[in-house]
Amino acid sequence: MRAVITVIGKDTVGILHKVSGICAKHNVNVIEVTQSVLQEMFAMIMMVDISGISSDFSALSDEMTELGKAQGLAIHCMHEDIFNSMHRI
Amino acid sequence: MLNQFDILETIRMIQEECLDIRTITMGISLLDCIDPDMDKACEKVYNKITSKAAHLVEVGEQIEKEYGIPIVNKRISVTPIAMLAAACPNENPVKFALALQKAADVCRVNFLGGYSALVHKGFSAGDLALIRSIPEALSVTQNVCSSVNIGSTRSGINMDAAKIMGEVVLESAKITADRQCIGPAKLVVFCNAVEDNPFMAGAFHGVGEPDCEIHVGVSGPGVVRAAVAKYPDATIDELADVIKKTAFKITRMGQLVGSRASRMLGVPFGIVDLSLAPTPAVGDSVAHILEGMGLEQCGTHGTTACLALLNDAVKKGGVMASSNVGGLSGAFIPVSEDQGMIDAAKSGTLTLEKLEAMTAVCSVGLDMIVVPGDITAETISAIIADEAAIGMVNNKTTAVRLIPAIGLKQGEMLEFGGLLGSGPVMPINRKSPAKFISRGGRIPAPMHSIKN
Repeated sequence: MRAVITVIGKDTVGILHKVSGICAKHNVNVIEVTQSVLQEMFAMIMMVDISGISSDFSALSDEMTELGKAQGLAIHCMHEDIFNSMHRI
Repeated sequence: MLNQFDILETIRMIQEECLDIRTITMGISLLDCIDPDMDKACEKVYNKITSKAAHLVEVGEQIEKEYGIPIVNKRISVTPIAMLAAACPNENPVKFALALQKAADVCRVNFLGGYSALVHKGFSAGDLALIRSIPEALSVTQNVCSSVNIGSTRSGINMDAAKIMGEVVLESAKITADRQCIGPAKLVVFCNAVEDNPFMAGAFHGVGEPDCEIHVGVSGPGVVRAAVAKYPDATIDELADVIKKTAFKITRMGQLVGSRASRMLGVPFGIVDLSLAPTPAVGDSVAHILEGMGLEQCGTHGTTACLALLNDAVKKGGVMASSNVGGLSGAFIPVSEDQGMIDAAKSGTLTLEKLEAMTAVCSVGLDMIVVPGDITAETISAIIADEAAIGMVNNKTTAVRLIPAIGLKQGEMLEFGGLLGSGPVMPINRKSPAKFISRGGRIPAPMHSIKN
């Protein structure tokens, strides 16, 4: 089972460190990271493996949302099924 | 493998274009709660709903977090209460409404629909008592919704019921006049009502449905509007293709959420209703899609054609995305819940007559339209009959949800707040249809109803 974490907002120091820190805390393995600057906005997409998650998924999602609020970023944590069902037949 | 563009597209749809799952609705049969002792029946109703739907809201919230998509409403629909009221002939059916409200409170759902009667061919035991009690039931409850089916393609239109419903709508507005006339906003008069509709106020759980099931209503006018806006110079058939693709994506989301909810609750998956349901939020308007197709304002000449194209393309895209498409499926055109419709009605471009024409090609009917408070019951009945005739002849669901704004005059605004929005009082035709309405009887079913 995999999930997608996206971070969108103004670029600041240590975003990747903080997001991956939360992943490690929940025993979530980071598989792939891509980042780019789109319309002057920083956008990072992280694919993570949640099969060994130590808490429940909503706890991870809540913590990411809180981090986002504190840093002025939009962080979304979504199960990969939503993207697969929308974009793959 | 997922690519960056697809991921960002999904997130943009949710964050900027108001994509959401409008509702997950649990349909519950109450046929096993029928009892000649009304208090006992109410107790059975309460117990059945609160046990079946105990985890509905919790599961909905969990899915919201898992997929990162808002599920705006969690609702319940039940067997038409007139069938339960039939067993207790000498009692006031409002007791059932109170039991439903109590169950809705405990389950924390936003709405509970099914204070309903199906009288398209005539009244059976319990129907008249229930219909007469609707104004009181909607006044003493907050979250209970009511609907009455007065016609169908197979049976014609019950004009006695149309007459009574005119009186009921007006009465319901009068006794809730101190609360923005909220009563009739929770009351729908149908022709060709569907049994698996997840949308309020017209949801009820038909007798042909299983004991309990989960329906999903998706939405997304904002997403379609944004998609249409990207192709300012496309031809109409290219535009239809763009809408189809967008509707496909939206519906897949509904299919995913519905099947997940059904698994988590251990209840069969009913249908996905792929309706474009607008909200008063900026950008979430069906009128703005029509304007995006090239109309200066919704309601002008060409509106019906644009809406027909939209309604058809939404269905074609959605049907490919889910094997369980049902409910009302299409584009809703409620006036007070759609910023573009509100603006068009205020400026006089959108009239009741144009809306009536639009209902021949949209998914339902005259919805959330505020009319002057001094309207007569006969005029409401005649509007209901007109609308039912369109549904009957065109083999489609039509409905009427009018709100007589007691004490307000044409052009003034009636504010509901929340998803119900606000609506300008729209002009009506003042010539009397009273003689026609007083005749009573039934409009025979059209020729094409005889299909076997």
